[in-house]
Amino acid sequence: MNEVYFDESVILPDIHSATKEEVLTEMSQNLVDKNLVKESFIKAIIEREKEFATGLPTAGFSVAIPHTDIEHVNRKTISVGILKEPVDFGVMGDESETTPVRIVFLLAMNESHSQLSLLQKLMQLFQNEETLRYLVEEKSQKNIKEFIEEKLDFTKL
Amino acid sequence: MKKKQVLVACGAGVATSTVVNGAIEDMAKENDLKVDLVQIKISEVGGYEDTADLLVTTAMTKKEYPFPVINARSFLTGIGTEDTKKQILEELKK
Repeated sequence: MNEVYFDESVILPDIHSATKEEVLTEMSQNLVDKNLVKESFIKAIIEREKEFATGLPTAGFSVAIPHTDIEHVNRKTISVGILKEPVDFGVMGDESETTPVRIVFLLAMNESHSQLSLLQKLMQLFQNEETLRYLVEEKSQKNIKEFIEEKLDFTKL
Repeated sequence: MKKKQVLVACGAGVATSTVVNGAIEDMAKENDLKVDLVQIKISEVGGYEDTADLLVTTAMTKKEYPFPVINARSFLTGIGTEDTKKQILEELKK
């Protein structure tokens, strides 16, 4: 199975957690429950975020793209979390700064150096303020799923 | 001109370096430059100290290296991409 797992069950449109550790735990636990990642993924993703922050200040709402080593992953998955209130994440490549994140794309990748077109499309998505606004305001998992599927065009990967 | 070895590194060597790698590949093609791109984890950079000409990374690094280091976050956020590209091109053309 090499397709990306992406459905409504990995879209969490209403996360109330107050810290990045809680956000990451909630999103990762959901993937553990579905057996998409190993139990070790939770700790690994939190540790990795501490060491190499993934917050990205964008033109609109800040985004974070937490990810970690491939050995913690059972199946390639992209999980989306929309945070009710902004949560500070460290800025990627800049130890001293944080950014108030509203949208988290948790990337569970199971091959290194892969998925270029998917990742490029994902990054393009961050560069569009209206797309980000839609994600922050939309409450329906189904709509978010369809919207992202269209943007990322999973079928052509 | 000798082929430049460019290290592309992020924390895990899976996600962001893949995107940056793709961007540099395109740039090199556009400018007709031959580059030896090596995609690694930031923790592996030390092993290339003798051979690399440039490090492009999305991860922070406190270490000093004998080659220039360029931050590539702009490839992910779209903010300041042109500046970053210019910096990389300058190094590649040296």
